[in-house]
Amino acid sequence: MVQYSHPRLDASFAALSDATRRGVLQQLGQADASITDLAAKFHMTLTGMKKHVGVLEQAGLVTTEKIGRVRTCKLGRRALEQEAAWIENYRQMWEARFDALDTIVEELKRKDKTHGRKRK
Amino acid sequence: MGAKESSLAMKNPTTVDRKSDRELVVTRLFNGPPRIVFEAWARPELFQRWWLPKSFGISYVSCEMDVRTGGSYRLVFSHPSLEQPKAFFGRYIEVTPPSRLVWTNEESEDGAVTTVTFEDKGGKTLVVMHDLYPTKEALDAAIASGATSGTDETFAQLDELLVSLDASGA
Repeated sequence: MVQYSHPRLDASFAALSDATRRGVLQQLGQADASITDLAAKFHMTLTGMKKHVGVLEQAGLVTTEKIGRVRTCKLGRRALEQEAAWIENYRQMWEARFDALDTIVEELKRKDKTHGRKRK
Repeated sequence: MGAKESSLAMKNPTTVDRKSDRELVVTRLFNGPPRIVFEAWARPELFQRWWLPKSFGISYVSCEMDVRTGGSYRLVFSHPSLEQPKAFFGRYIEVTPPSRLVWTNEESEDGAVTTVTFEDKGGKTLVVMHDLYPTKEALDAAIASGATSGTDETFAQLDELLVSLDASGA
């Protein structure tokens, strides 16, 4: 029996469970940024952003490096690719389904109207 | 990307979150009342159309759904990349129109129990789909193996398909 034991998954998923932190990862996926940049981008205090980055760093999703007075954040290694990619793929699959479901909802709504079954 | 974005802007966003060790939650708002959205989940002929949209390239071999509390379902799919058709099956634990659907996923012993709620939001419907896995390991394994719903290769391939579709801008 193959064991899928990934202790880091726990910390990673806790880190990814927050919308701001996911946003930070997305941002860092495009370019490295300082904590000050990120705080401004997400309309947060420096302290608040430091906390988020700290959580991401502990999960191995982000690494930081202090150069002079500026702490620059960049994406951590593979953990991110694996887990975030899985979540994103899964989300895309549901998005495709739900787009198709939108079409059916619209159809049913139209039918509802033409049959005059609209309840008030 | 420009034209695509304008159409995306009109769509309601789909979110996916791992809520705990054993739980995965998908949410989406629909522009119709729960009565209608529920119907699209509970009527087999409607459900089939959106569960496997054409873009997936997957076709039904068979689809049996007895949507009532205690009823069962069995969906069999085929895809060119699969040597054999793949079956998904389970039971409906609860069917409460138009607010709640609960079913089991029994193709593997590590399958989740899926609860879907339909919440009225002023004429729109918030759908929350909640997968509860038997153990933390079961969900970790589902993720680690790249599967999506339980332990299923079909959806892993589906994911690849979607990614490639996306990359090609189709």
